Amino acid sequence: MRRHTISLLVENRFGVLARIAGLFSGRGFNIDSISVGEGAEPGTSRITILTQGDEMIVEQIIKQLNRVIDVLRVVDLTDHSFINRELALIKVNANQANRQEIVQISEIFRAKIVDISPKTLTIEATGNEDKIDAIMGMLRPFGLREVARTGRVALARDFKSKDAPSPEAPESVWEKERKEITADLA
Amino acid sequence: MELTGAEILTESLKREGVDLVFGYPGGVVIPLYDVLQRTPEIRHVLVRHEQGATHMADGYARATGKPGVVIASSGPGATNTVTGIATAYMDSIPMVVFTGQVPVHLIGNDAFQESDTVGITRPITKHNFLIKETEDVAQVIAEAFFIATTGRPGPVLIDLPKDVQVGTAKFEYPERPQIRGYKPNYDGHPGQIKKAAEMITAAKKPVLYVGGGAIISGAAEEIQQLAVKAAAPVTTTLMGLGAFPESHELSMKMLGMHGTWFANTAVMECDLLVNIGARFDDRVTGNLDEFSQNSKKIHIDIDPSSMNKNVIVDLPIVGDVKHVLKQLIPLVERADTEDWLKRINNWKQEHPLTYDSTDSVHEEGLNGRDDQPVETPKKLPLRAQYVLEKVGEATKGEAYVVTDVGQHQMWAAQWYGFNRPRTMITSGGLGTMGFGLPAGIGVQMAYPDADVVVITGDGSIQMNIQEMATAMACKLPLKIILLNNGFLGMVRQWQDLFYAKRYSAVDLKETNPDFVKLAEAFGAVGIRVFRDEDVEDALSEAMAINDRPVLMDFVIAEEDNVYPMIPAGAASHEMIEE
Ligand SMILES: Cc1ncc(C[n+]2csc(CCOP(=O)(O)OP(=O)(O)O)c2C)c(N)n1
Repeated sequence: MRRHTISLLVENRFGVLARIAGLFSGRGFNIDSISVGEGAEPGTSRITILTQGDEMIVEQIIKQLNRVIDVLRVVDLTDHSFINRELALIKVNANQANRQEIVQISEIFRAKIVDISPKTLTIEATGNEDKIDAIMGMLRPFGLREVARTGRVALARDFKSKDAPSPEAPESVWEKERKEITADLA
Repeated sequence: MELTGAEILTESLKREGVDLVFGYPGGVVIPLYDVLQRTPEIRHVLVRHEQGATHMADGYARATGKPGVVIASSGPGATNTVTGIATAYMDSIPMVVFTGQVPVHLIGNDAFQESDTVGITRPITKHNFLIKETEDVAQVIAEAFFIATTGRPGPVLIDLPKDVQVGTAKFEYPERPQIRGYKPNYDGHPGQIKKAAEMITAAKKPVLYVGGGAIISGAAEEIQQLAVKAAAPVTTTLMGLGAFPESHELSMKMLGMHGTWFANTAVMECDLLVNIGARFDDRVTGNLDEFSQNSKKIHIDIDPSSMNKNVIVDLPIVGDVKHVLKQLIPLVERADTEDWLKRINNWKQEHPLTYDSTDSVHEEGLNGRDDQPVETPKKLPLRAQYVLEKVGEATKGEAYVVTDVGQHQMWAAQWYGFNRPRTMITSGGLGTMGFGLPAGIGVQMAYPDADVVVITGDGSIQMNIQEMATAMACKLPLKIILLNNGFLGMVRQWQDLFYAKRYSAVDLKETNPDFVKLAEAFGAVGIRVFRDEDVEDALSEAMAINDRPVLMDFVIAEEDNVYPMIPAGAASHEMIEE
């Protein structure tokens, strides 16, 4: 079982998301995350789906997606070099005593404070899922009030230098950042 | 000049060459029916249940290759079409279904007779549409017919709110619609085809395994050319029956759960299996781990998602069967298959399809009915296989055979003898009881002068019996062969073989209607037959009737089973012979 990042370009018509989601549920495939937004060309949407399954299942999923009339293109990014990001809004309990600590943690993660109240702080974090998981792990002890995550968005990399590690493992983005952060801290 | 949405619809149908639709009215489609009654170019068949309409359109499409067209109302009218749409979807049958919908501003309000029809039918259509503007009607209809009939065909549904039918717009019918996300591919990859030709030429023990895709693409002639050129034996699936003449010496008839011993054994032993427009269905492969283990496999199919779905193949070729075979045949050379063909011929002698007319199936009287002449209590009841052989003779093997689902379907597949494509009309994928009679009506509407024979069971016929009235209204000379065993026979067979005869909810005989009287009540002809010696006369009597349906109630052995049988999930060497 491997996680796959599937990127779809679709006609922005009503029902297209239901068609795609139905195709997964109707076959008993699980969607780990799905994100939808307008594509480059007006009238199109980009959908990024994170799913998992053995190779035969994923091959089936991709073929079935290709059969949907409103789907223009399907790419399994998994074995390509690609950039992936997720955005999370994290509302965490805060008080006089620990507010500073929370701000520090966010800074380490290059996250932003986007809202503040006497009892909470809301933090905007971007990065890949590992990074989001990591910051959430750090913030959990303070008490997570509410969390909203976008799910993965991804695009293939175009520029491939000779010595670029390709295909790039998705983890390496965070690995790189983590190294930077550790260096910063030292 | 502007036309109403309903007028645009009928004009569009004319442009698509549609001259026959099957439908049933209701509140939200009255505007459409108002236009239909003054559109003599389009004949409307009023059915008795919307499921019937879908099966009629489906039967029409299977027999002609042209898309069948259905009209139904919103809510219950639309939900009644679901089984028929799913049936067509599973067997890749081109069909366009128009359902009425409540006016646009009421959608989502739980309005009277509202249902989320596009939501309900999304997983059972190739595509579906909800039209919200009258100006889109023509474009959507053009796209719907294009999608339904090209690539791997399938049903397309158009949901049409009442106000969209009433509103007006300019009518302009698009030429061939361009759909960005839909570009069916017909030609196979030349490199793959070359490899396939090499594999076929090199094979010592090839088998051509032919499915419904061959019939859809109209490739019967090419299949025969390939078989003869490569000297390769041919077996077909249920859906492929007729794609290769069963009278041909290279025919091994049908394979699969109730296929012939020799076809299944040949698939098990072959060194090359060429799948032509079939889909490695579980009714064919049985236990996947043991399915045709020693063969290389080629798979020709128009739908990429059929490839490597159940069985990993060595050489996939995505393309239309006819196109691919046309490219392939010139490259194939005669393979050295003499020994293989000899072996298969021996198997045919040793394990023929058979039924033993002396086998005591059931000895106490004739089905326990006391209204029957029981002169010779030990005399065997009628056997379905015998009846079907006689039906084959009476129609010279040239009828359109339309079946329901159950034992009678399998016996029809085994015993009729199919030699022409599109003559076996049966619900293969979904296995829909109740398909037979309405689908038969659709076929007879397409070919009024052909012999159309509906093979049905006492369970199945009652699922859409109301369509007898439609057949009467259209004066169709359908021949309905009811193989009446007093049971839901196929389920009873499974309970017999795999549940130690614990019969549960399968006995119909106490409560079955008198089918002869039932036929007569509709104004049709009813004939009951108990004995072998009466079969031929009864059939010739029936064949002579040409202005109304004839229902022939053949009272057959109650507890006969269909053999051979490979139990579900088993391997072909576990086949049960009689
Ligand atoms: C609509 C529907 N419901 C249930 C089934 C399950 N089923 C398959 S065969 C069968 C029995 C068919 O009985 P009958 O029509 O009398 O034919 P026979 O097998 O006796 O020839 C049933 C219930 C089905 N295929 N379709």
